[in-house]
Amino acid sequence: MKYLDEFRDPGMAKGLLREIARTLTRPWTLMEICGGQTHSIVKYGLEDLLPPTLTLVHGPGCPVCVTSVEVLDRAMAVAQRPGVLFTSFGDMLRVPGSKTDLLKVKAAGGDVRIVYSPLDAVQIARDNPTREVVFFAVGFETTAPANAMAVYQAHREGLKNFSLLVSHVLVPPAMEAILSDPGNKVQGFLAAGHVCTVMGTSEYVPLAKKYKVPIVVTGFEPLDVLQGILLCVRQLEKGSYGVENPYLRTARDGGNPGAQNLISEVFRVITRKWRGLGEISASGLGLSEPYAAYDAETKFSLQGISAEESPECRSGEVLTGKIRPQACEAFGKTCTPEHPLGAPMVSSEGACSAYFRYRR
Amino acid sequence: MPDEPKNSLQLNCPVPFGPGDKIVMAHGGGGTVMNDLIDRVFRKGFGTQSVESRHDSAILEAAGRLAFTTDSFVVQPIFFPGGDIGSLSVFGTVNDLAMAGARPMALSCAFILEEGLPIQDLERVVSSMRRTADEAGVALVTGDTKVVDKGKGDGMFVTTAGIGEVLAPHPIGPQAIRPGDAILVSGDLGRHGVAILAVRQGLAFETEVVSDCACLWPAVKALLESGVEVHGLRDLTRGGLAATLNEFTRDSGFPLSVEESLVPVSGPVRSSCEILGLDPLYVANEGRFAIFVPGDQSDRALKVLRCIPVSSGAVRIGKVETAIPGESPRVTLHTPLGSERYLDLLSGEQLPRIC
Repeated sequence: MKYLDEFRDPGMAKGLLREIARTLTRPWTLMEICGGQTHSIVKYGLEDLLPPTLTLVHGPGCPVCVTSVEVLDRAMAVAQRPGVLFTSFGDMLRVPGSKTDLLKVKAAGGDVRIVYSPLDAVQIARDNPTREVVFFAVGFETTAPANAMAVYQAHREGLKNFSLLVSHVLVPPAMEAILSDPGNKVQGFLAAGHVCTVMGTSEYVPLAKKYKVPIVVTGFEPLDVLQGILLCVRQLEKGSYGVENPYLRTARDGGNPGAQNLISEVFRVITRKWRGLGEISASGLGLSEPYAAYDAETKFSLQGISAEESPECRSGEVLTGKIRPQACEAFGKTCTPEHPLGAPMVSSEGACSAYFRYRR
Repeated sequence: MPDEPKNSLQLNCPVPFGPGDKIVMAHGGGGTVMNDLIDRVFRKGFGTQSVESRHDSAILEAAGRLAFTTDSFVVQPIFFPGGDIGSLSVFGTVNDLAMAGARPMALSCAFILEEGLPIQDLERVVSSMRRTADEAGVALVTGDTKVVDKGKGDGMFVTTAGIGEVLAPHPIGPQAIRPGDAILVSGDLGRHGVAILAVRQGLAFETEVVSDCACLWPAVKALLESGVEVHGLRDLTRGGLAATLNEFTRDSGFPLSVEESLVPVSGPVRSSCEILGLDPLYVANEGRFAIFVPGDQSDRALKVLRCIPVSSGAVRIGKVETAIPGESPRVTLHTPLGSERYLDLLSGEQLPRIC
């Protein structure tokens, strides 16, 4: 089994779609908080195949999109410094800060490199002892264990020329922020499958209970998404609410304890500013005290850099599902992938980019 | 002993270049060191009449219409699974001529070499170019060499130009395609881009993906000789299938539709793309091309293509649709689930996704 075509099987997808249509008796609004799920839904055109009374809202699940302009400006600032070798995952390179982006910094002579793993960045630091290597640690809980391991290894080896510019965000506080908004219309959630692979499902139980919403752990392939939707809709139709996990081939209810321990060792929970959503308390990760020397913000004195978002960009409303990308006046006009006003138009997982590429 | 000119540099030692020998600035200086390099590497490696004659230009005979193309090659690394910058530059240029329905006749190649490049690497590339040119039935007739300072050249850049004799009876290109035309591809996609990326990033996949670098002229020649009416041809290089289809849609004014389930992608390429977060429809190829033929001739075209090794995996993937007044033409992909999406051009390079 290769785990590719099996979970994209058209016959089974049609079966799930029929079951969803059969189960629905009234309109419901569901949200997914995962860039990978947004991408998959739009790429496979799932919204067009679902009954029109079911509304799928794309939440703030793209970690690239929710990285604050401030952190981006700090990234550009440090990448431009002589002697710095700035490493990052690929999709951060085109995201615009206040004035520029990392690709332009690279074109102007900055040493900016794409890596596939933060451990590659540690290796680069080992190979370049006279350069300061900085890794742009972006992501939800999914990428936190690998980033923690990078710092852990660097610390164990006493590497002095490696640091992390951290912009980790956590899903449950974002969910709570959306649910506690008086204007919230979301009635059920597809929880991010790979976040739960790391963290397990326990953090979602109190949320489901407090706000009386079903939360279903969902994978990324079309069949996973359709199954997640079906289970969510079944709960809503029954009037029940709780956490369900059908994504058992990858996510266990207890998550990955080893990964969780490493995250608690290297990181601590902090308040973080989300692009488009503002500051949410206890919603991010920063380096813990024993690993503070690996924090690029203090190492390079970046804390003074602050920034405001473009007033024209409505990414906050898109990210909380209040509007669809096409409803934004700038969509496709002053805001395109070539000239993005905000991250959701640039990141391949951003709702605006997904709609621009596949739908429009 | 006969009088010798003062300050002459005798360089008639037959010993080949050693592993430590590197390109130096003098190799581009126009003097004896440069001429020595030309003799011992290029003339020895390419060995054609015109290179022998040392003229500034090669003289060719031609009758009828000519196709003329140019291309630059900056691939890194220079050597990759399935090819090197040399074979890539010959195939790439020959294929551009083939896409115009032209039999490749002659190529030029200009080298920009970085100071410090091992000469044995240059010899390996030249030897590869000669083999590739022989395989493609084309002559390398003229060239140039420049050397740039260390740090200014990424090892080696190659620029080529190619001339071919147009054998296609009618013009081939976006302007010739019509609604109802079938869209075919000559084989499975994405091998070259994945092979390069794997080497560049030091990724070792269990199943090695090898570049599909190949000469497309035999397939085009067979099609032209079969009498099938060829409306469009284009090789699927940078930007992959998606780029080619968008170029045809934009330049013809007709929308195109593609059945995603019919687009051939091999298992190893599909898996590599999944891991790296890439879409195979946008990944570069170097030995694959798209063919536009009238719908009722597509079976015949496929039969002809499948008899030629380089296009043995040819399949039909879609068709040219009728333009809708008032609407910009797009490329529409029909997914296996029964939904549709647009297959647009990316704004720049495809970047691998985070998670």
